[in-house]
Amino acid sequence: MPLLSVRNLQTRFATDRGIVRAVNGVSFDLEEGEVLGLVGESGSGKSVTALSIMRLVPEPPGKVTADSLTLEGTDLLRLSEADAREIRGSRMAMIFQDPMRSLNPVLTIGRQLTEVLRRHQKLSGTAARRRAIELLETVGIPMAEKRLAAYPHQFSGGMRQRVMIAIALSCNPRLLIADEATTALDVTIQAQIIDLVKRLQRERGTSVIWISHDLGVVAGLCDRVNVMYAGNVVETAPIRELFHRPSHGYTLGLMGSTPRVDGSGTARLTPIEGMPPNLIDPIPLCPFLPRCRVSVPACQARPPERREFGVGHWASCLADLAK
Amino acid sequence: MAVVQPSSPATPYRITGSFVLAARQFPRHRAAMVGLVLLVLICLAAALAPWIAPYDPVQIKLSAKLKPPSFEHLLGTDHFGRDVFSRLIYGGRTSLSVGVLVVVFAFVLGVPLGLASGYFGGRIDNLLMRLVDAFLTFPPLLLAVALVGLLGPDIQNVMLALGLVQAPVLARIVRGSTLAVREDVYVTAARALGAGPARIVLSHILRNVMSPIVVQLTIVFSAAVVAEASLSFLGFGTQPPQPSWGRDMSEARRFLGDAPWMFMAPTGIIMLCVLSINFLGDGLRDALDPRAWRTRRQLSKGEG
Repeated sequence: MPLLSVRNLQTRFATDRGIVRAVNGVSFDLEEGEVLGLVGESGSGKSVTALSIMRLVPEPPGKVTADSLTLEGTDLLRLSEADAREIRGSRMAMIFQDPMRSLNPVLTIGRQLTEVLRRHQKLSGTAARRRAIELLETVGIPMAEKRLAAYPHQFSGGMRQRVMIAIALSCNPRLLIADEATTALDVTIQAQIIDLVKRLQRERGTSVIWISHDLGVVAGLCDRVNVMYAGNVVETAPIRELFHRPSHGYTLGLMGSTPRVDGSGTARLTPIEGMPPNLIDPIPLCPFLPRCRVSVPACQARPPERREFGVGHWASCLADLAK
Repeated sequence: MAVVQPSSPATPYRITGSFVLAARQFPRHRAAMVGLVLLVLICLAAALAPWIAPYDPVQIKLSAKLKPPSFEHLLGTDHFGRDVFSRLIYGGRTSLSVGVLVVVFAFVLGVPLGLASGYFGGRIDNLLMRLVDAFLTFPPLLLAVALVGLLGPDIQNVMLALGLVQAPVLARIVRGSTLAVREDVYVTAARALGAGPARIVLSHILRNVMSPIVVQLTIVFSAAVVAEASLSFLGFGTQPPQPSWGRDMSEARRFLGDAPWMFMAPTGIIMLCVLSINFLGDGLRDALDPRAWRTRRQLSKGEG
C-alpha cells in the first residue's frame, strides 16, 4: 500500500468571475521513502495540490474533492478539522518557500520548536528543550543550545530554512511536503539544503513531495517527477526516464527553457511562448495545445488520453516525441 | 527521574524566556525609563496621599483663598482656600485609577473582539464590526454620559462607560492588524504544524499586534483622564468637593486670570502623566518587538 494515495483530486475556488479549477483531477501514489518532484510553472496547481493534501485550503471559498485521498490508510478528506490538526505536524508536515516569513518574528526559535513537540508528543519543558537541541544539531546549526533563545531575524535565510526543516521533522512525520523550499535561497545555500533534506530523508525513510519549478533541483533530489500543467499531472516518470525521453510537449518546453551546464555553450534557451490557460473556462482539448510546438493534427480533434511510454512513465500527449 | 551528571549543571536546557529578554531590553530605552520613574513617583504620591499631603484637600479656609504659591502652600490655594498641592496628590487617586481601569476595560473588551473579528472574518467579522460601528456613530462623550445616566452617577460607572466607549476604537485597530498578520506565512506554517485557532490567535497573532495595542492604550489613558474631567464637570463622576485632576482643572478656568496656578497645577500633572505613559508605551512597544532590539544596541554603540 502506498503511503499517500491521491485519486482524482479536484480543488476549486469560488471567485466573483466564476469557479477556478486550480487542481483538476490529479492522481498519483507516493511510496514509503520515495521523493516525488512536483514540477510546473506558477499557477499550475502545485502548491494548491500540497495545501489540499494538508487540508489547509480555506473552505469556503475553496472546495476540495477527491475519489480518494489517503495517508497510511487514513481518509484525509473525511477527517474533522480537529483530527486533521492532530495529523498535521505529526504525520505530515510542510515547509514553505520564504524562510524569512515562515517563522514568527516575535517568538524565539526554541519556543517555536518546543511548541510543536509539546503539542504532538506531549513532551515536558525540559524534554522538549533537549529534543529541540538535538533537532537543531541534526539540521546543522552550530551552538544549538544557545541558538534556542535567538529570534528568527538573527538567522540567515539558509539557517532559517534549516530551522523550518527541524520544526517540520520534529515529530518524525511520514510525509514531508516542501513547497519551493529552496527558491528564495542563493545557489550554494540551496545545494546545502538539498543535501540536508536528502540525508534526513535517507536516515529516516521519510517520503517527500518536493515542489519546484526548477528542473535542476528536482533532478538532483527526486526519484520520480510529476509534471503539472493547468491543474493536471500531464506527465509522470522516473527521474532518468523523464530527462531521457520527455513525452509531453510541456515537459519538452520546460527542458528547452532550462539552462544546462554541460550543454553546448552557444545553445540558446527556448522560452515557452504564450500564457497558461484561464482556469475558469472549461478546457475541452489539451490545455497546452495553444503553446505547444510539437502538436499533431489529432490534438485539434480530441482531448489527449493518458498513454504509457515506459515503466511507470505516463503522459497525456498525442504526439509521439520519442520517435 | 533525571540522573544529574556532576559535570553538567542541574538545568542545562534552560532557555531565557522571551519576557525576561524583553525586560532586559526595556531599560535601554531612556525616555521610557524616565516615563516609568515619573509614573511610579506619581502613583506612589497618590497611594501615600494621607501621609504626604500637607493639608486636608477638602478643608475650606476662606481667609486663605486664591493665594499664590508660597512656602506655606507650594502650589497656592484655590477659591475656597484649599491647598492646591494637597488636592493634586489626592486627585491622583481618582484620576489615575480612572485611567488605569479604563485602559483595562478597553483592553479586555476591545482586544478579544478585534482578534475574533480579524481572525475568523466572514459573518462573525460582519456582525462584530457592525456592532462596533454602531458604537462609533455616537459622539464618545455623549455615549459615556448616556451610559452613566443609565447606570447611575458613580465613579465605577464612569470608568465602565469610558471603557465601553474606548473599546470599539481598540477593536477596530486590533482587527486591522490581525487581518494583516493573519495572511503571514508563519500563520499558515503554524497551521501546517497542527496549531488550532486558539493557539494561533493567542501565541502567534496577539504578540504580533501588541505594538498598535500598546500605542492605542496610552492614548486611551490620556483620553480617560480628560474625559473623567468632562464628566465630572457635567455632574457625573466625582462629586465636589472630592478632588480630581480633571474637575479641578475645569473649575480653575473661571479663575484663570486671577489664579493661574490653580489651572496650571492639574494641567501640568495631566500632561506629565500622559507624556510619561507615551514614553512608557514607546519603550514597551520596542521591548516587545525583538526586531527592534538589534537596532537599539547598534544605536547605543553609535553604529546605525
